[in-house]
Amino acid sequence: MNLASRITAALIVGFARAVTAVRGVWEGIAPVQEQRIYFANHNSHGDFVLIWTVLPPDLRLRARPVAGADYWLTSKLKSFIGRDVFNAVLIDRNPETRNVDPMAQMSAALKGGDSLILFPEGTRNTGQSPLLPFKSGLFHLATANPEIDMVPVWIENLNRVMPKGALVPIPLICTVTFGAAMRLEADEDKANFLARAESALVALNPERKN
Amino acid sequence: MNGHFIILLGLVLTVLLIATGAAQLLKRRAGADNLTIQNLTARINAWWVMVAIMAIAFLAGTAGVVILFAICSFAALREFLTLTNTAAADHWALAAAVFIVLPLQYLSVGMGWYGFYSIFIPVYAFLLMPILSTLHGQSKNFLIRVSEAQWALMIAVFCVSHVPALLSLNIPGYEGKNLFLIFFLIVVVQSSDVLQYVWGKLLGCRKIAPTLSPSKTLEGLVGGVISASLLGAALFWITPFSVLQAFALSLVITLMGFFGGLVMSAIKRDRGVKDWGHLIAGHGGFIDRLDSVIFSAPIFFHIVRFYWDLH
Repeated sequence: MNLASRITAALIVGFARAVTAVRGVWEGIAPVQEQRIYFANHNSHGDFVLIWTVLPPDLRLRARPVAGADYWLTSKLKSFIGRDVFNAVLIDRNPETRNVDPMAQMSAALKGGDSLILFPEGTRNTGQSPLLPFKSGLFHLATANPEIDMVPVWIENLNRVMPKGALVPIPLICTVTFGAAMRLEADEDKANFLARAESALVALNPERKN
Repeated sequence: MNGHFIILLGLVLTVLLIATGAAQLLKRRAGADNLTIQNLTARINAWWVMVAIMAIAFLAGTAGVVILFAICSFAALREFLTLTNTAAADHWALAAAVFIVLPLQYLSVGMGWYGFYSIFIPVYAFLLMPILSTLHGQSKNFLIRVSEAQWALMIAVFCVSHVPALLSLNIPGYEGKNLFLIFFLIVVVQSSDVLQYVWGKLLGCRKIAPTLSPSKTLEGLVGGVISASLLGAALFWITPFSVLQAFALSLVITLMGFFGGLVMSAIKRDRGVKDWGHLIAGHGGFIDRLDSVIFSAPIFFHIVRFYWDLH
């Protein structure tokens, strides 16, 4: 990372801490340097930033978010943050226009030894249900990389900090809970795997626990 | 003023050193993996940090103290709002509370403008925030939402701001010494919390509020309040009060502090949490540490203002 990216990263992390006092809860897995695929619920553009903030700095450097090129390449600032600061794997979400296969992009990043952070709902969930049905990308990743741990990550409260369409954030305490790692089981089909992944993620929701 | 400051800082550091030494002795006797001792050590270590920050703020004078408590209010408001039922429809009201009301309150405290800071939140914010909340046209839980938002402002901003507001009191013969009123308030109230904990651990058996705060005992309350009030009386020489007055005021603020802790415990129980936050290791959140100050500061301010201030 060059100096401008480092400074921007520090500013973003500092701002996230000031607004949310975010705390990582390592419930099912320890914060150690291992190659992983983190998958999280998606309510806000800031979701990735919160996960990034609670990761210890050495893990943070190797954890790349998977994000939509249609959002992150629309302005110079966004593309600087997306590419240079977050080192995102930018995928084209539209199957008709894309000329690179997102699975190939993600596999390349994993081959390079990096961890991935992805939001298998595919888009921001702005409704009342806790999760949208997962897209199949997570299953294809698990099939292609059966030896990499997949870690569910529940982000709590960020949708209240920044509801859809809000211009300023409301400071509220957020938590990021990391669950136990899971892998594709032998002869597990797509529907079963995605259902298991969804319930592993929803189980981390603090509201469910009370 | 400076002489007193150095004496007081020396006293506080001596107490902290003794506490740290005692915790080390206990650790040797009970073993390093005893959870109570671990928590005690974390609490004492956090006190070192809090004392250092307070000392720096005091050295920086009025501006330093006002900014320090504004930051405390911000952190407390963040903790309080997290536990409320406020909805997306209240976004503008809450944004105004954090980014307009809080700064204006502390600005007016810094200016010593009593006529503004004493009514701004109870009158203007009280009436304007629910108006902002109506703009979304959402009536679900409306009374709950606006009441909780007002409570958040009163507890986290209005009450906390009465600590630095002590600097604007004008007491004849006490000019330039108002920082010691803050020292007096905080040391008496916080040592009452600590002494209640100590007396409770030593002698406590009769639970005083088992459904709200199971760790509070009658022995802890009486021992803590009396010993902290004696400490307050012993500090009369830094205040405009006589020994007896210092004792009586200490009694009032330690009792308010105790009941403040009880009120805030009831809220936490209702919302199913143990602590308000996690930023102060061993203590919990800012509100966990400030609850007794929150309830005692405005009462202390108004008693001193009524009887001692020229107005």
